[in-house]
Amino acid sequence: MNRKITSLLAVPTVALVVGLLSGSVAADKKPARVPTPEINIERGEKCVEDTDYMRRHHQDLILHQRDKTVHEGIRTKKYSLKNCVDCHASKETNSVVGKEGFCESCHAYTAVKIDCFSCHTPERTEEAKVGLPAPSRDPTDMIKRSVGAVLPKTGGGG
Amino acid sequence: MSLSRRGFLGVAGAAAAGAALSPGIRLIELADARSPEEAASALNRWGLLIDATKCSEGCDACVTACNEEHGLTSLGRPQTDAQWIRKVTLKDKQTGRVTTLPMLCMHCAEPPCVDVCPTGASFKRADGIVLVDKHTCIGCRYCMMACPYKARSFIHEDITGQKPYAPRGKGTVESCTLCVHRVDTDRIPACVEACNADGGKALQFGDLNDPNSKIAKRLATEPSTQIRADLNLNTGVRYQGI
Ligand code: SF4
Repeated sequence: MNRKITSLLAVPTVALVVGLLSGSVAADKKPARVPTPEINIERGEKCVEDTDYMRRHHQDLILHQRDKTVHEGIRTKKYSLKNCVDCHASKETNSVVGKEGFCESCHAYTAVKIDCFSCHTPERTEEAKVGLPAPSRDPTDMIKRSVGAVLPKTGGGG
Repeated sequence: MSLSRRGFLGVAGAAAAGAALSPGIRLIELADARSPEEAASALNRWGLLIDATKCSEGCDACVTACNEEHGLTSLGRPQTDAQWIRKVTLKDKQTGRVTTLPMLCMHCAEPPCVDVCPTGASFKRADGIVLVDKHTCIGCRYCMMACPYKARSFIHEDITGQKPYAPRGKGTVESCTLCVHRVDTDRIPACVEACNADGGKALQFGDLNDPNSKIAKRLATEPSTQIRADLNLNTGVRYQGI
């Protein structure tokens, strides 16, 4: 029952966020008129599926894999939460939660609570830290980090 | 391995179960280590044989290794700290003989925790490992009451610093997983590894269904007991010297 409610709620929210994200991409990096979440992808050439598909269906993939892993012991890497975190964790904090966290920034924006990380570690594994680009020393980035001024980012009214 | 072959082996396994030599030991050629895409199979039944005569009183290598492996840290409140494996010391009042042994989830073939769980969160995997699916657990703790071995712990507080392969969180029940993440990748449980390296070599892990495994051979030829054998739970963890 719980799952049904969640998915009912998730549909309009996902539609909304997908609309916003694709809107901001189409605007060719011009400041958007609405605040958008900060999404930094630190590692890996491309995701396990197309971006559009992942935006709408990442939760289904993770849910499916979760049951396969817990009940059947199938530990393939492709759709595992660990694999998500290893690529998507911030290179500054090594985490997908927190203000700049890949998962949290979007979920906070859409007001969809993520439960995953009350049990699962939001941090990338030690092995996945190897070969990451070094944290940025760019002064603007460093200020942004210390202020944590990422969400919400309001558009410049262009 | 293709589905159809696995299906065939499943049928063969079921047929062989009928012709079991003694409980848990079957006359059938078992599949080799499974590939990552392959589900855990009822052809295997993972278990432990614990020789209490080799387990010494001062040693807690297995406990330390388990805590380290799964990131079980004390919150300074021993009454509610999670314990997946613990040392128990027994003394015979007549003779004064002291026995010490590790206690953990017995991975019963007929697990009472699974019987009582109202949500289906407590379950037994095809290969006999008894687990909690924490996604489904509502924290009612019926399973803790039902377990004759007091093997389960409830997580009372928010925790951080979990290991990637051992998710744990507030409001759910947990217990020994027989290091399922290791078993799935063809490794032995952390406690067994530690006991072999730093302890008295008292623990043996293996497949109870494979008549050629060391553990099955020992169980077939040496005396062993189940704790609370009267409950007929057919435990996957067996003891010697108690
Ligand atoms: S605490 Fe969780 S696993 Fe135990 S009986 Fe309740 S729902 Fe099932």
